[in-house]
Amino acid sequence: MRLTVALPNDSAAKLQEYAHPEMIVTTEWVAEHLDDPGLVVAESDEDVLLYETGHIPGAVKLDWHTELNDPVTRDYVDGPGFARLMSDKGISRDTTLVLYGDRNNWWAAYALWVCSLFGHPDVRLMDGGRAKWIAEGRPISTEEPKRPHTDYPVTDRDDTHIRAFREQVLAHLGQPMIDVRSPGEYSGELLHMPDYPQEGALRGGHIPGARSVPWARAAAEDATFRSRAELEAIYLGEAGLHPGDDVVVYCRIGERSSHTWFVLTHLLGFGHVRNYDGSWTEWGNTVRVPITRGDSP
Amino acid sequence: MSTPTLNPRLQEIADDFNAMSGKDRLQLLLEFSRELPALPDRYAEHHDLLEPVPECQSPLFLAVEVEPDATVHLFFEAPAEAPTTRGFASILHAGLDGLNADEVLATPGEFTSQLGLQDLVSPLRLRGMAAMLARIKRQIRDQRG
Repeated sequence: MRLTVALPNDSAAKLQEYAHPEMIVTTEWVAEHLDDPGLVVAESDEDVLLYETGHIPGAVKLDWHTELNDPVTRDYVDGPGFARLMSDKGISRDTTLVLYGDRNNWWAAYALWVCSLFGHPDVRLMDGGRAKWIAEGRPISTEEPKRPHTDYPVTDRDDTHIRAFREQVLAHLGQPMIDVRSPGEYSGELLHMPDYPQEGALRGGHIPGARSVPWARAAAEDATFRSRAELEAIYLGEAGLHPGDDVVVYCRIGERSSHTWFVLTHLLGFGHVRNYDGSWTEWGNTVRVPITRGDSP
Repeated sequence: MSTPTLNPRLQEIADDFNAMSGKDRLQLLLEFSRELPALPDRYAEHHDLLEPVPECQSPLFLAVEVEPDATVHLFFEAPAEAPTTRGFASILHAGLDGLNADEVLATPGEFTSQLGLQDLVSPLRLRGMAAMLARIKRQIRDQRG
């Protein structure tokens, strides 16, 4: 639900193919609007220092590990915590927030999903992320922006629509589910490689019935999202999903699956996709939940 | 609970980090990342000789050489887009390269939690550095038979 749209949508032809073109902008659009007062650009990376090596001029840093997570409980920040974070970053409730990052926007998509839990009205992803901006020779800066502190309102986090918990996943068994981890993690063989510390899970494999679609298949070589036709071939064709399906996506801790959540929800127009952020680090450690080994769902 | 002792070089690095405020600690880690020595040609041209460290979120490769007199040499490679991983590798290089094998083996695995980086970098990311150290020690043991 859009309450305010502070900035115009990007009218680039490629984006209009997608179900929700208002959720995504090109690097050109960002370059053009960078100085607009209603816009805040935020970089969210896997590497916590990458922002410091240079970022889009004026962009703030948003780190999921240290800022979007609750420091004690395994959960995201709560309403007051999110309001404090946004206020510190100089983001208002009516700000057009554009997120971008490294690794095909993997972490930026995660940050966008968390912002969506709090219903930030206008949050978008910059197609191609950090890699594309730099590849195009656009300016980067190491100067830390000084944005005036804002008074972001405390809003409740809504975990009911786009987030799934373990009990809900158990109740969902037999319905469409996508495991977006690597094939080795899906089959369960990764936990058995000699001399490798386990990835925080006691059991390997996947949730019964989940189909394997590694998240990065949605990204092209230049880190932009694949075209709608290509995405439909993967998710509707190969994985057999339908836009009306109730879908649960998961990975290891819910980061990579946020990327797939974005693709299904905003690029392909699925109406009900939930990200199970407990993911394999919860499921693979849980007593008596069913697990399937091997390459088949 | 006693804190295991670090070798003087690692202790100095830990002291430097802990003497700083949060933001400056990140800057120091960034400086370390810039100081990571490049691979010598014998490894740069033979990537198969390097051991991957998949616990790091970004790709990291390392090699360990133990000389006949037990002096340890460390070699790392990580991409420029992974400054945190490079920084961790660089800290281990600055703190351990050139030491005696026994001194390296005596480095406590929990050393990574003594840099004051948990809240800034997150424990999950620090696990990558602990994994590098574990692999370095294992390679030393393997090479000494």
